Order: sequence, then structure tokens, then C-alpha cells
Amino acid sequence: MTNYLDFEKPLAEIEGKAEELRALAQQNEEMDVADEAAALDRKASELLEELYKELTPWRKCQVARHPERPHCRDYINELFTDYTPLAGDRNFADDIAVMGGLARFNDKPVVVIGQEKGHDTKSRISHNFGMARPEGYRKAVRLMEMADRFGLPVVTLVDTAGAYPGKGAEERGQSEAIARSTEMCLQIGVPLVSVIIGEGGSGGAVAFATANRVAMLEHSVYSVISPEGCASILWKDSTKMREAAEALRVTAQDLELLGVADRVISEPMGGAHRDRQATMQSVGSAIGSMLSELEEMSKADLVANRRQKFLNIGSKGLAA
Amino acid sequence: MNWITNYVRPRINSIFSRREVPDNLWTKCDECGTMLFHRELKGNQNVCTQCDHHMSISPRDRFEALFDGGVFVEVEVPEPVADPLQFRDQKKYPERMKAAQKKTGEKEAMLVAEGDIGRTPIVVACQDFSFMGGSMGMYVGNAIIAAAERAIKLKRPLVLFSAAGGARMQEGILSLMQMPRTTVAVQMLKEAGLPYIVVLTHPTTGGVTASYAMLGDVQISEPNALICFAGPRVIQQTIGEKLPEGFQRAEYLLDHGMLDRVTKRTELKGELVSIIRMLMGMSPAVAGDLPAPEVTVDSPEAPENESQDAKSD
Ligand SMILES: [Zn+2]
Repeated sequence: MTNYLDFEKPLAEIEGKAEELRALAQQNEEMDVADEAAALDRKASELLEELYKELTPWRKCQVARHPERPHCRDYINELFTDYTPLAGDRNFADDIAVMGGLARFNDKPVVVIGQEKGHDTKSRISHNFGMARPEGYRKAVRLMEMADRFGLPVVTLVDTAGAYPGKGAEERGQSEAIARSTEMCLQIGVPLVSVIIGEGGSGGAVAFATANRVAMLEHSVYSVISPEGCASILWKDSTKMREAAEALRVTAQDLELLGVADRVISEPMGGAHRDRQATMQSVGSAIGSMLSELEEMSKADLVANRRQKFLNIGSKGLAA
Repeated sequence: MNWITNYVRPRINSIFSRREVPDNLWTKCDECGTMLFHRELKGNQNVCTQCDHHMSISPRDRFEALFDGGVFVEVEVPEPVADPLQFRDQKKYPERMKAAQKKTGEKEAMLVAEGDIGRTPIVVACQDFSFMGGSMGMYVGNAIIAAAERAIKLKRPLVLFSAAGGARMQEGILSLMQMPRTTVAVQMLKEAGLPYIVVLTHPTTGGVTASYAMLGDVQISEPNALICFAGPRVIQQTIGEKLPEGFQRAEYLLDHGMLDRVTKRTELKGELVSIIRMLMGMSPAVAGDLPAPEVTVDSPEAPENESQDAKSD
């Protein structure tokens, strides 16, 4: 059963009808519905194309948060081998909103780290919906530091609504943990590449995405605040999220213009979840080519490249 | 013809060039309600003389109290692209900027200066909460980078006073990018072996706390300052339980190991001088008030932003 977003309702109707027809035909052998069903399929795919041709920023936010969208775990399982999760921050706990460990990418050893949102109610709760606590960032710091010592490239997969706003998280230094993670991103002398696979939510995302190369999936978003949050502060009306998403420039396309994203990875028609295999392949090849761009660089150059990249960001604005 | 017109020199700000505030002004302490005589309050750096409540203080007033004789030289901050996203909500961003400039008499939400405190040379950056909530955008990022570069050039420590509601939403992702940008500035200081001291003031929240404001060698806070990543209201909404007394206040953070010290504003200067001189391997400071350094040059024309009433709210 597909999950449809609100703007996909008309599509849901057509695809639902086609499904019903086929189900009927299965029960009743005399019925010939092939032509009719095929026509509906055609209509559905035309509509899908129409809907996704120019997604508004708010619709992109919805696609980026789609419950069936491939998550960190899916990419790790599909694109990496020998994945060996490493747990804990060595201080307080293991935060499984962040997953990470040693793995091989194209046979070469790397450290992979990312936020995992979970795929059903139970796993969503256990992963805290991908919203990390300080321990999650401190685990990332520990893994990046280890990668640095052993000369392993780091791949981060970003997908979070933001850092978790909780009492314990604050008491244990959420802000310090995020700051240290960003700091570690900026100082490791190994290639660091990042892919925003869904939501890049504020500081919680920056802590992982301060990388030499940042790629964004076509319908992923990256923002200083959620459109709903921005709407409730600046418009004093949280239902103005469409306007806020527009004004904030949260899309991969705008962020490429602003120099925040280095590349945009195309998604299958209708979003990453409609063809997971194709999505995996594109993301895999983007990671591969970003890593190879950095392969020859010295430790010092990798650090300098990363710092300069961020110092330069914003110097031109949109220049539109 | 004035020989000085073609001569560009740093702007010297001193206590003498300040417009005198009329003496008949009273301010009500928002904590204890006492009516405080303006001059008395200013003399005490906007700290209530009755209950020690720390009211907000503008960067310029803070600098006057902090630097020896109130003398400091502003450090120039590279101008970023104005309104980089052409952002508009119910108002256009440039209109909001103009309103904030008019209200504060300042160009942006951070002021950087160099000078001596207790005859100890330093560079100071100070965030202005009254300017759009002190929010961090490209300018604030540039200011911190400029402050770090200046400190490195002069081989001085950097003291940073933070105060912000968080990132400047009107600059969207570019405001978020100030987290890594300012972190680079802090790293440059650390690599140059120079102390970076953060003084957190009320309130310091959001992305500011989660970047340069938490990366100091020494972390000091003014009493009762709200310091957090997520604000108390957001947390209360998320977890649906009542938060403990004093939650996310400076003393609470000190108890939880997140700060080195909580220090009264009126005692801050002495403490900064003492810490900096130890970290820099300098001889102990001379105790007591120091005479103002001699001011040999003074600007013939008052800086434009001092012609306005620099009123904080
Ligand atoms: Zn009082």
C-alpha cells in the first residue's frame, strides 16, 4: 500500500482504480481489463510527471519527509559492504538516532555515519525519529577522530528534522556536542563527503554536513529552520509553511546556486521511494565520484579545501 | 581646507565623544521593580543596584565600561551581500534591517573592537541582542572571522560576548552556514595559540550556542543568562512536562558542567584581565582603576550612528 502525499491525491485515485480493476480481473477470469488498466497506468504516469515536473519548495519538503523514502540504513545496506556498526559515545549512552561504523565502499575501507529515522512506528520511536541527542553527535566525533587517525575517508548521510529538543539533551550539552561535531568535521585530514538524502534540519545537519563535498538528492531539503517553524515565527501563523519554504530557499536546486550543495543527484520520477534501486545507484555513483575527486589531496589540502569552501559560501548571494 | 579630510584613520571612540544622557531619566528594574536613576544604572553597567539583575547592555556601552578609559578602535567588518535571498515575509528583509538600524543606531548585530583592558591588549567582539535579536547572518559571521583575523595579526586574545536568539532566518541557509564559518575562525585562533574566551550573556540560544559560543577555551556566563540550543517553550511542547526551576540558566549549566564560571558583569573586567594575562604568560595585572590612556586624536565629526539615540529596550 503506497503512502500518498496530499498533493498526490488525484494520483492515488487513478492508481487505486487500476489496482481495483486488476484485483477484480483476478477473481473473474472472463473479465478482460488489460486495456483499461493500461490506460489508467498511462494516465497515472502522465499525472506523476506533471506533478513532479515543478515541485514547489513545500512539496519538496513533503517528499523529503516521505515515510517510504529510503533512509540511512537502506543506503548503508545497499552501497557498503562489511558494515560494522560501532556504538556509544564512551560517556553516557549509545544514541541510535545516529548510526555509524566501519564499512567498505567499493572495497575501500571508510567510516560511514548518518541519521536514521526508522521505517515503522516501533523503529521510529527507537531511533527517536532521527533526532539525535548529544551522545549521537559525540559518537560521530569519536568515529571521525578515529577515521582521521587511520586515514579513512568519511561518508555522512544526512536525514534529520534537527537535533532533539529534550530536557536531558539540553542538560548534557546539546549545543556543545553539535559545535564539537562541526569542529571535528573541519579538522580531520581525510576526505569527508556528505549526502543530504532527505531532510537537512538546521544545526543537527550541519554537524555532519560540514564536508569537502556536499551532494543533495533532487527532492531533499536543507534549511536553517523548518518551514512550519519559520512560518510561526515570521508570519505568526504555522499554516504559512508554503510561503516560508519558498522564502527560505530550501531546495537542492537553490542550494546549488548558493554554493552550499556541490551537486544535485537526480531522483526517479515521483521521488526516491518510487524506485529505490535506481536511487541507490545514483547515490552510490555520486559518493564514488566525490571521493575520487579528493583521493589525491594531502591532509593539509583537504582541511584547507574544506575551510575555504565554507569561508567562501555566501559571498555572492543568489547573484540572480 | 582641512588637512584631515584626506586622511583616513581608525575611528576612535571614547567616553568623551558620547552624547550626554539627560540626568532625569529613570529605569524600572524588570526584576525587582525598583526605579533606578539612569546615571546610577549606567555607572553599574545596567546591573540593578538593588537586586543585581543584569539588564541588557549595548555593545558600545559594554565596550566603554570594558576598555581602559572607554577607549577602543573599531575593527572593520567586510560587508556581505545585502539581502542575499531577496527574502520577504510579511515585511521585506531590507525594511526589517532599516528598522533595526534605526532602533539601535548600529549597522548590524555585532561590533568588533580592539583596545586595552587592564593594560592588556585584546580584540573583542560583542553581539547586540537589540538588533534583530542578535541574530547570526553573514555579517555576524564576517565579524567573527574579522575579529579572529585581527587577533591573530596582532597576536592578541579574542573575547567574544554572545547574545542571540539564533540564526537570522531571513538569510536562510546562509545563516546556517555561519556555524561552520565561525568555527573555522575559532580554529584559526586555536592554531595561532591565542586564547578565545566566550562570555555568554542573556540570552544565547540556537545555532549560536551550537557553534562559536560553545567553543571557548574558557566559558564564562553572566548570572541568570538563558543559554540553550532548543528554547524552553519548544522543549515543553515536545516532552509535555514541566521544566525544573532555573532550567537552562547560567547557574544550571554551571552545575551540569557546561560552563567554567558565572561572573557578575561588574566583576568581569578584572576576571578577564587576570585570566588572559595567565594564559598569555604575562605578569600579574596591576590592581585598581587605571587612568585612561591618553587620547591624542579625536574625530572632528561624530560617527553617524552616535547622532541617533542608541536606546536599548
Ligand atoms: Zn532589580
